[in-house]
Amino acid sequence: MSETRAKSRKIVSYAKYGYIFIAPFFIVYCFFMVYPLINTFILSFQGNDNLVGVGVGFDNYKALLFGMGSDTIPADNAMAASKDYWSSWGITLILWAGNFVVQLALSLLLAVWFSDTRIKLKGAGFFKVVFYLPNIITAVSVAGMFIMLFGDTKYNVVNSVLLKMGLVGDPIKFVTNDWIARVVVMFIQSWMWFGNTTLLLMSGIFGIDPSIYEAASIDGSSGMHQFINITMPILKPIFLYVFITSMIGGLQMFDIPYMYNNTGTTSPFLRTQAVYIYNHFYKGANNYGYSAAASIILFIITAALGLVIYNINTGDGSGKKRKGSK
Amino acid sequence: MAYVNERRELKDYTRSIKIQQVIRFVICIIITIIALLPIYFIVVNATRAHSDIIKNPATLIPGGNIIKNFQKLNDPNAAAGMYQLNFNLFYGYRNSLFVSGSATILSVLFSGATAYGLSVYDFKFKKAARTIILAVMMIPTQVVSVGLLRFMMSIGLTNSYIPLIVPAIAAPATVFFMLQYMQSSFPLEIVEAARIDGSGEFRTFFQIALPMLKPAFAVQAIFAFVTNWNNFYMPSILLTNNDIKMKTMPMMVQAVLAMQKSVDNGVNYLVVMMSILPVVIVYLCLSKFIVRGVALGAVKG
Repeated sequence: MSETRAKSRKIVSYAKYGYIFIAPFFIVYCFFMVYPLINTFILSFQGNDNLVGVGVGFDNYKALLFGMGSDTIPADNAMAASKDYWSSWGITLILWAGNFVVQLALSLLLAVWFSDTRIKLKGAGFFKVVFYLPNIITAVSVAGMFIMLFGDTKYNVVNSVLLKMGLVGDPIKFVTNDWIARVVVMFIQSWMWFGNTTLLLMSGIFGIDPSIYEAASIDGSSGMHQFINITMPILKPIFLYVFITSMIGGLQMFDIPYMYNNTGTTSPFLRTQAVYIYNHFYKGANNYGYSAAASIILFIITAALGLVIYNINTGDGSGKKRKGSK
Repeated sequence: MAYVNERRELKDYTRSIKIQQVIRFVICIIITIIALLPIYFIVVNATRAHSDIIKNPATLIPGGNIIKNFQKLNDPNAAAGMYQLNFNLFYGYRNSLFVSGSATILSVLFSGATAYGLSVYDFKFKKAARTIILAVMMIPTQVVSVGLLRFMMSIGLTNSYIPLIVPAIAAPATVFFMLQYMQSSFPLEIVEAARIDGSGEFRTFFQIALPMLKPAFAVQAIFAFVTNWNNFYMPSILLTNNDIKMKTMPMMVQAVLAMQKSVDNGVNYLVVMMSILPVVIVYLCLSKFIVRGVALGAVKG
């Protein structure tokens, strides 16, 4: 007892260094994150265009969410803004869900194969390196790459091949047809992220005690059976982690949908939440009120999702952490 | 009889494993092709002339036009001078390297310091500080970009690299990773021992802790560099004056791809290739660390 007290007294005398070490983080975080957040919050209660800086109460929120006009926003404008706002939500969720389903199915398959000790995959190290490669390439360049490959004309790679093989009569509108373009964007997103998801899932699978599988094999359990009854339940936390982080990422999806067009302006059928927010305040567009209100709504949703991640991280690690710090 | 059956079963079993092995390998090869082919097409077409690409866009054989394509980047007559206006390889590399390099150094150094402060010392708000860092980890800077832009405008920090570099000091995810790493491989007794030997607190951090944390630093440095190099959103918002001398590489690529008239496909492919080249080289050199590092920051299932 006296020993711990002596120890704690000693530690307390060093407390100021603790503050010194963590101070830069918190100062910078307040300056570049907390204050801008407060600022965004304030802006969301102020007007657009020539009304920037003028308090308008909940007008922006009412316009975006319900299409309700007000003193500062004419009913027509509010309706139009609301229509665009909700359609950008739909697009965001469609693009994210479409890519996530494909990505998860593929990544799960690959993760199970990579960590299968019974059927060793040759060249697993090489495959892992290659599959992760698309994830490190600049998203803007990836978009450029796929615009040139999937362009609408016969001068672009994919269409030229399809035409030559006689699979299509006319070039496919990979960029300008709304649903085809969306599918291509989903493909690009999956292409970029499946390697990352595979590696994350693998880290979960490697944590599983192999003796569980041995025991199951002795009991006559088949591979598929083992997968459903052992692998899946144990992977649940990492599934949740991958799901939520991917969703948070999906809600910010910007570069690819923003860039995937021939005209230099984002196609309306690819206008995600992030693009919607960006277009309202970027270069000349002074609709800070709309942007800020949409940002705050997005922030609240992201923060709620982040809370789930927080619970996963602390729920799993807290026991270990306490042991470590003692 | 039973023995023969068993042997046959074993034979079937090994054969089915072999077949599965082959199937899996073939599927992985196919995925490898899908992963690499788009990149390969970019490289091949970057070496070809516009007229050749239009005649036959899809070929696996490189051409001999790469030097001419490079020259066109600086040619005031190519695409009505649009390439010269929108793209400059030297500025692009210089600016991106400066921004990403500085951000990387700040990010790992201060994340290390924050994690060190939270692991080594005991103070009143330690638990609160830790909770905050974990809680805000998932909130992206993008949701505050409107407020950030207006704030930076009001204090005259747009068209400056400061808001692109300095925020790297506060990287919650990197701190989280460092915290985990320190818990598993940094014994606090070392700090005590250093104190007894008369080492000051900062000296202990720089000369004893930092070298021991090198592996964690390496992994986080790679990710910080790649993330910053690839960042398009923030620079495009904050660098508003469209000055080619300040633009980062992704901004230049975007400007080239948004060009409307008299585009030279070969040059466009070259631009994309040059923008991804540095990260691909870095990745191939350090792929082992990266592949191992991806999962480390994640939750352990």
